[in-house]
Amino acid sequence: MQFLSQLQIGQRAIISAIEAEESLFHRLSALGFRVGKPLRIIRRANFNGPLHVRLGTTDVILRSAEASRIQISALSI
Amino acid sequence: MKRIALLGMPNTGKSTLFNRISGASARVGNWPGITVDLMSAKILIGGHIAELIDLPGIYDLHGFSDDEQVVRHFLANNAVDLVIVLLNSSQIDRQLSLVLQIKKLNLPAVLALNMADEAKQSGITIDTNSLAKDLQMPVMQISAKYGDGLPKAIQAATQIINQNNPASDPQLISKLLEDDNQIEHEMESLIQHHVQIPATLTDNTTDKIDQILLHKWFGLPIFFAAMFVLFQFIFTAGKPLQDGLAWLLALVRSSLLEPLFTSSPAWLHGLMLDGIYNGVATVAAFVPIIVLFFLVMSMVEDSGYLSRAAFLMDALMAKMGLDGRGFVMMLMGFGCNVPALMGTRIMRSRPMRLLTMLVIPLSLCSARLQVFIFMITALFTAKQAPIILFSLYVMSFFTMFLTAVLFQGRYKNSEPFILELPPYRFPTARQIILRGWQEVKHFLIRASKFIVIGVVLVWALTNFPSNVPPASIGTFAGQIGALFAPLLDPLGINNQLAIALIFGFVAKEIVVGALAVIYGLQGDALMAQMATQIDWVQAMSFMLFTLIYTPCLSTIATLKSESKSSAFMWLSIAWSLALAWVVSFIFYQSARWLGY
Repeated sequence: MQFLSQLQIGQRAIISAIEAEESLFHRLSALGFRVGKPLRIIRRANFNGPLHVRLGTTDVILRSAEASRIQISALSI
Repeated sequence: MKRIALLGMPNTGKSTLFNRISGASARVGNWPGITVDLMSAKILIGGHIAELIDLPGIYDLHGFSDDEQVVRHFLANNAVDLVIVLLNSSQIDRQLSLVLQIKKLNLPAVLALNMADEAKQSGITIDTNSLAKDLQMPVMQISAKYGDGLPKAIQAATQIINQNNPASDPQLISKLLEDDNQIEHEMESLIQHHVQIPATLTDNTTDKIDQILLHKWFGLPIFFAAMFVLFQFIFTAGKPLQDGLAWLLALVRSSLLEPLFTSSPAWLHGLMLDGIYNGVATVAAFVPIIVLFFLVMSMVEDSGYLSRAAFLMDALMAKMGLDGRGFVMMLMGFGCNVPALMGTRIMRSRPMRLLTMLVIPLSLCSARLQVFIFMITALFTAKQAPIILFSLYVMSFFTMFLTAVLFQGRYKNSEPFILELPPYRFPTARQIILRGWQEVKHFLIRASKFIVIGVVLVWALTNFPSNVPPASIGTFAGQIGALFAPLLDPLGINNQLAIALIFGFVAKEIVVGALAVIYGLQGDALMAQMATQIDWVQAMSFMLFTLIYTPCLSTIATLKSESKSSAFMWLSIAWSLALAWVVSFIFYQSARWLGY
């Protein structure tokens, strides 16, 4: 089991589960975080700062605290 | 009157569309059921006068964030005749959910797909006719920025308005808002049938710019350099404007008002000129800075760089319970607290916004800098001066940090930090100018009365009773100073300085002028006199107090109008006074104890 917060920069992955309370869950899903969606990490800010994630046509930044609620399965290529 | 609500997700160009339709006629208004201001404008549509309301940008109607609550409460308390839903064409695959939610509420709606040009560049094609058929509402592609497709959209809106159907029933809406689900499946199927999205986006200009501006090591230095240049611009361009305005106001006073009141009794002359007119001048002095600040801010905001600043600064700000966007405002506070406080409106979570607003008044603004430069020149050598000034800046940062850490439990931010990074866009001049004008209007309406009354009050305190010289120990202000002597003596602040602090409550710009009146001396003579009356420890203690206590009436007026809470305003005043006292006390007593 792997979380979005552990994904390497540039690696692609598919969202396999989202474990979040209702408000966070809805915010994530409104921004396009849904089970089965592909995504990848573009960059990370220094000093354990936020992640810059690309999902489809949307670029999103989120803190690792929130990213660790998203389970993913990394794609090998 | 008909009522039309404008709804959309954040960063879809909703305000741009609103401004384009309403022009400069927009006003800020209160609505039943909600506590924040919404912009609205009266427009003529198909022979009806309709009120167009700009609702906050939201992701969905579930109502977990502050803004979502606002929209829900608005719809559940106000009848609407039409909802214009604005979506970003290139993100239609996820934004469509909002339209479906509105449809579930049976609200008459028109769907406008904005940024048609960007979608086209990315190779996204939307079959609006077939989508309209399935959605059973008019769908058209527009560009809010350039106005393309807008007449068609207005026409569709007019048709619905002209049908004169009964407006929505708020009670029914509030019931329907309770249950909405299975929208997701509906959305997927609609997207599959009517929209084609290429696997990877073809436009990568934004990516290239991001590689530089969000660079792991160069990102932050570039950000600081950019902020420095922008603030430098605001104050270098603002200074001549402020000077010109001050000159004009002085001219009106000397050539128009002075002759007008020469024959009137001294109290009326004083009240009109030193009280009310000075109050007006105090308000006016802020106008150039506010205009320039919002010109620059709307440029930064609309270009998409503000969200990038949040990305860069978040690691540090999160420790203070704030987020990266607050940092831009905190920096701005070092120029002037007033527009910085107004700028916190970009923060959508109220607790975090209040925390930022509590911190900003502690930043060493340019008006306080004037006082410090005067005091430092009077009491310190040229060699010591830079060190003293630097230590005041350090102190300013320290008090901001302390305040944020102490109050972050009270203003706990409940919203997750998840922000969209929009592609870089060029804002249009029209967009920027409208914004600057609206902010000034807002400041003038909200703050001017408060400030004028405050200035008159301080004038009265320092001029009555009238049988003693103005601003002397015998005036009410002097008596108040004497009353607080037991509190201020342990800080080394004497009666004369206490009166200057009362003046400083109005604006720090007039503190030096007040000292001149109090001592009856000017310039070098005043400095020499002060150097004999107080020593450097007292001067430092006075400066620390000046740094931390209430910055000025305009800041207080802005705090009140932006937070819409007198309690919050009083908290800010009380906290800054208490902190100022404690810091000055610790400094003065330990310096004396160490034998200085």
